[in-house]
Amino acid sequence: MIEIAVLFAITCVGLAMALNLWRLARGPTTADRILALDTMTINAIALMVLMQIQQGSAVYFEAALLLAMVGFVGTVAYCKFLLRGDIIE
Amino acid sequence: MMDAGPVEILISAILVIGGFFALVGSWGLARMPSLMTRLHGPTKVTTLGVGSCLIASMIYFPAVQGTYSAHELLITLFLFLTAPITANMIAKAHLHRQGRAIDPNPMDDIAEGLPETGVGRGWATFEGQAADRADPPR
Repeated sequence: MIEIAVLFAITCVGLAMALNLWRLARGPTTADRILALDTMTINAIALMVLMQIQQGSAVYFEAALLLAMVGFVGTVAYCKFLLRGDIIE
Repeated sequence: MMDAGPVEILISAILVIGGFFALVGSWGLARMPSLMTRLHGPTKVTTLGVGSCLIASMIYFPAVQGTYSAHELLITLFLFLTAPITANMIAKAHLHRQGRAIDPNPMDDIAEGLPETGVGRGWATFEGQAADRADPPR
């Protein structure tokens, strides 16, 4: 039962990432692209967590944690660059 | 995998809910007409979807695998702390770029500005922009 549920969730998250990719390519504004990239990072974390449940191993937790932190820092850096033309003034 | 009746049903239900919410959030990101409406999907619904997946993992590993780790809790905490900050930064960048007509929204022509403050002075985030405008745009 869990296997089927995990497969369903992985399919949903994969479709969500495809939609994010569409928004990332389409735009139309730069802020839209940043938002799409941030959502893709969050979906990648979800995919890693689901993969762990599917495989029954806890190998990817560190990767998911790192992605959560680096994704946030990257998004804030992009926004800061758009706002000020510089990241660290 | 050992037999774990109600726990298994609970984990499966949370997983299905999580996958559904992640899909709905990204569908909103793809379908909504302008950035301010698009922000709703990823910031609320997708965060909830990831939270559901993490809760399922939090139940699955101790109950079925017999192992425990605090990583899920850390990821949940970090994601739920950073999602509003990210949304705020993106909205602010968007408002500033629209205010300067650098980056209009060509698909739908919805100009998303802030309303008047009604107290005689503008929004704090745009203060000092008149001085900046004398300079060439950065």
